[in-house]
Amino acid sequence: MARAAVLGRLTWRAGQVLAVRDETPTARTLILDIPGWPGHLPGQHVDVRLTAEDGYQAQRSYSIASSPDGSRLELTVQRLDDGEVSPYLTELLRPGDPLELRGPIGGWFVWHPGDATPVLLVAGGSGVVPLMAMVRTRVASSSPTPMRLLYSTRAPDTVLYRDELRGIAEREPELRVELVYTRQAPVGWSGPVGRLDAARLATLAWPPAAAPACLVCGPTGFVEAVANLLVDQGHAPGQIKTERFGPSGT
Amino acid sequence: MATVSPGFKGRRRVPSAALPPGQYLVEDFPVLSAGPTPRIDRGEWELTVTTETGERHRWDWAAFRTLPTEPVTVDIHCVTKWSKLGTVWEGVSLDVLLDNVETSASFALVDSYGGYTTNLPLEDLLGGKAWIAFRYGGEELAPEHGGPARLLVPHLYFWKSAKWVHGVRLLDRDEPGFWEGLGYHNYGDPWREQRYWGD
Amino acid sequence: MTGSNMWTDGNALAGPLHDVFGLDVTAAIGRCGGCGRTGPMAELRVFDRAPGVVARCPNCDQVLLRLVRGPGRAWLDLRGLTYLQLPVPAESGQPVSSTL
Repeated sequence: MARAAVLGRLTWRAGQVLAVRDETPTARTLILDIPGWPGHLPGQHVDVRLTAEDGYQAQRSYSIASSPDGSRLELTVQRLDDGEVSPYLTELLRPGDPLELRGPIGGWFVWHPGDATPVLLVAGGSGVVPLMAMVRTRVASSSPTPMRLLYSTRAPDTVLYRDELRGIAEREPELRVELVYTRQAPVGWSGPVGRLDAARLATLAWPPAAAPACLVCGPTGFVEAVANLLVDQGHAPGQIKTERFGPSGT
Repeated sequence: MATVSPGFKGRRRVPSAALPPGQYLVEDFPVLSAGPTPRIDRGEWELTVTTETGERHRWDWAAFRTLPTEPVTVDIHCVTKWSKLGTVWEGVSLDVLLDNVETSASFALVDSYGGYTTNLPLEDLLGGKAWIAFRYGGEELAPEHGGPARLLVPHLYFWKSAKWVHGVRLLDRDEPGFWEGLGYHNYGDPWREQRYWGD
Repeated sequence: MTGSNMWTDGNALAGPLHDVFGLDVTAAIGRCGGCGRTGPMAELRVFDRAPGVVARCPNCDQVLLRLVRGPGRAWLDLRGLTYLQLPVPAESGQPVSSTL
């Protein structure tokens, strides 16, 4: 029973990069082997620590992208132009390289696979990563929980996991995926283009009467706007959990 | 012993003999804060020095700006290990500010708009060692760096250079400030690497 | 209310506090000693670009929690909280309550 409150101090674990997979021109998934990994809940994150030859260290947090799978873990990292850690992880780290991390961390912004409450996931940009872990876990655990992912992104070339999401939406009953393109849509797109607004949210989301658990992740402005819209539409504030990808380190 | 990450260099930094132990030189000017940036209107800004007897000396912005100022070029060292050399400021020396203040106090507790505090011996504010700085790098001091005015005490770790300075209380007994009360060294000399209690 | 982009949310407390307590505290409920606002620690406003970690009430900005991590020891100040409510395993015979 992997309840969220994992007892015991966090220890740094030595992992290894098994493979890398480019998701977009600026985002890369790292497929890692972490011997002794205790498992995790989707939504949790890890702290990654890099050490330079002179001993200088930099540490950042990354959401786990994968569902629990033994010692295997996936992280999807967005490269930030002025970042200190993300350029290394997305450009220099190679299969076979070591990577130090600790976790799983976090007990609030998580989804428990046994929970039958309908789930509304709203992602802004790279905020889709922890929510994708929830989608993947629901699929892998054959959970019947109704789940809906609204994924807001700028353009077709910024969509993470696009083919996988399309496949999941086609195969899985009760799992719906809706893309919201804010700047540019793919060729042949017949839907609207622009920010997720009250009208679109009302169409795409569960009605408040369904009392879904709402999990919103992305940049601060996006998260605040969506959380406010959900409350305006009648969702109870206590049903809404948010995770901001904030300014703490790049 | 942490594993070295092959090829990882990190932010451009240069450890140098010119730096206090454990410090790295940085090129940017990191912004650290324990709270939201206060937005202070110069029309409402006040700086108050309160002596150990309760006597108050107060300057509004206009009065403060009639005080003689001086250019200051100093090295600064943050307890989080970054240092910047040759930073250029303009400010009013605490020697000038406290010139007409009668006191026999030994300690000072500096407070900021927003509630931050830091403490230091009064003698560390005097003798050309500290300023109320209102310009940095040739421009008005930006709010995220402490504007309209901040304390600048470069011979101590930079957490002592309180941003958004609001008041200086002169005290007979030392009173630990925001970080000094929770593990950070009471004095904070970077050259003796006094980061935490017991250092 | 602050409009500043210097803070992140209380999920950022998870790592530092797990380090100190050996368990996750972000789902714990805290009551602000200033305004009485009650909610999960994950909803606090966290300033962690600082010599330490400071968590403030999202309603009134009061400092609820401060954490300094030194070599081999950490200092934690929780005075800003009236209480912290943590889930613990139910004793046998006690009903499990899920209300605040």
